[in-house]
Amino acid sequence: MNFSKTFRNIFLIILLSLIVSACATKKTTTKVEGQMQGDVYTGTDTVKYLADGVPDRVFFATNESILTTKSRDTLRKQANWLRANSSINVVVEGHADERGTREYNLALGERRANAAKDYLITYGISADRISVISYGKERPVDSGSNPLSWSKNRRSVTVKAN
Amino acid sequence: MIRLFNLTFFVFLFLITKANSLIEIDITRGNLDPLPIAVSPLFQDDNSKKNSINELKIKNIGSEISTVVENNLKISGLFNPLSREAFLQKPDIAHLKPRFEDWNLIKAQALITGKVTIEKKKLKVEFRLWDILAGREMMALAFTTVPSNWRRVGHIISDKVYERLTGEKGYFDTRIIYVSEDGPKTARVKKLAIMDQDGFNTKYLTLGNELVLTPRFNPTSQMVTYLSYFKNLPRVYLLDIETGTQEVVGDFPGMTFAPRFSPDGKKIIMSFAKDGNSDIYTMDLENRIVERITNHPSIDTSPSYSPDNRFITFNSDRSGYQQIYVMKSDGSNVKRISFGKGLYGTPVWSPRGDLIAFTKLHKGKFYIGVMRTDGSGERLLTENYYQEAPSWSPNGRVLIFYRETKSNDKGEGFSAKLWSIDLTGYNERQVQTETDASDPSWSSLLSN
Repeated sequence: MNFSKTFRNIFLIILLSLIVSACATKKTTTKVEGQMQGDVYTGTDTVKYLADGVPDRVFFATNESILTTKSRDTLRKQANWLRANSSINVVVEGHADERGTREYNLALGERRANAAKDYLITYGISADRISVISYGKERPVDSGSNPLSWSKNRRSVTVKAN
Repeated sequence: MIRLFNLTFFVFLFLITKANSLIEIDITRGNLDPLPIAVSPLFQDDNSKKNSINELKIKNIGSEISTVVENNLKISGLFNPLSREAFLQKPDIAHLKPRFEDWNLIKAQALITGKVTIEKKKLKVEFRLWDILAGREMMALAFTTVPSNWRRVGHIISDKVYERLTGEKGYFDTRIIYVSEDGPKTARVKKLAIMDQDGFNTKYLTLGNELVLTPRFNPTSQMVTYLSYFKNLPRVYLLDIETGTQEVVGDFPGMTFAPRFSPDGKKIIMSFAKDGNSDIYTMDLENRIVERITNHPSIDTSPSYSPDNRFITFNSDRSGYQQIYVMKSDGSNVKRISFGKGLYGTPVWSPRGDLIAFTKLHKGKFYIGVMRTDGSGERLLTENYYQEAPSWSPNGRVLIFYRETKSNDKGEGFSAKLWSIDLTGYNERQVQTETDASDPSWSSLLSN
């Protein structure tokens, strides 16, 4: 009885470790293949910096304007930087990928830029220091027609206004 | 219209023989057997030829006008213009009285003949349409205009022939406004451009200093509404094509976009985006009164009126994804009408009132389709890697839209072109433009 219980536990441990390693493998592959998680870009290829350690942009999933954990982290860094540099105002530019109708993408870009703006506001930045503009799909940063290129283009970018 | 174009068209003879002719074309179905038609070059006497060279630097203006007609009729997909080399009868004699046996011999079922004269800086054109099988004249028409209008004469003849043989108004004496594109995808330069429906007489209306998008014609005049990023403020503008005057009409504290005129030309309907939410508004162009039409936390955009001004179709993601809706023009009675698989965008109401054309995205492919105004009878006309933004010909028989090609991983191989397709799903063809092009909008008929 005792033996069989131990056996079962060992079996479970083996099974779990298999699952975990499978997940790990999968994660590494996605990263190597595409620097994407789900379809949100997680790489740094196109990222510029407002200041040391303050990335200028966050990325979105297809048709979404929800901020990922990583995006919120980036925006908190931006908020800290803005708080330390109170004379600087910013424009948040919202963008979409090329796989959507032009007018809807203009609206989607506006929604994404505002998602970023709202987060900066909740971290204490005054709304009148942040303006937004949507470019829809008009200003891609990567001109390829593949899922990785599209993921880099679904973004909001914080740029200095003055 | 005459004032706007500084044209003088004097129709002084208009005889339509309503007799039961043998030829007629059914344009409600795909036409796989286009009507063989002979377009005899319009006859021009020697004196007139001299004037033609002086006025237009064109030797044989009659032949050139006939070429315009042939090309229009061919592009419509309903006609098969026969080769001139096969014609047995001379243009001047044919115009007086065709020898029907000769034209029958080369299998022509209809024949266009005509005569052109240029005198005292006036271009006079007369033409006749003949029913070869019945051996009789179907129509005769003549008009006078300034010589520089000679291509339009060709378009008007095409429209008259199309109307006589199909029973519906033509769409050849029209123009297309679109966005001309140039440069790499990441820094595309866009200009407003306008051309005749057959790709000639292209004019650029902006210089490309600022991003411009989605121009649309006022169906009742030569005004255009569009989105411009002038001074980096995306706003809806109004442009008078004749005078070149531009003015901002959607100067709200946010972005205004997706503009379109109401069918009576009195209002602009557009989206206004603020704080992450896009809703639909109208502006009365006379008194500048702004009305809010939708009020919903979702994206509401791409509005288009029904031809009777009573309803509006638009695009919304209130269900979670982009779908097509119809409401009364005051914003009440909102109903979703698209229920097929995939996302639906860019609804645009047919000028005939019975259909809504749209873009559909499903499983990575883009479709141009039509559905009835209650959403039933969805029909997909064409599938491609990327295409969107259909615009109706004024007779509601043809759709023009733009199509983009896929680029490789380096971003090469990208292009944007205008295409047209018949409502039947047949006769898909590229519309010639000088540059890459997108966002086409079809004008109303310029004459009549």
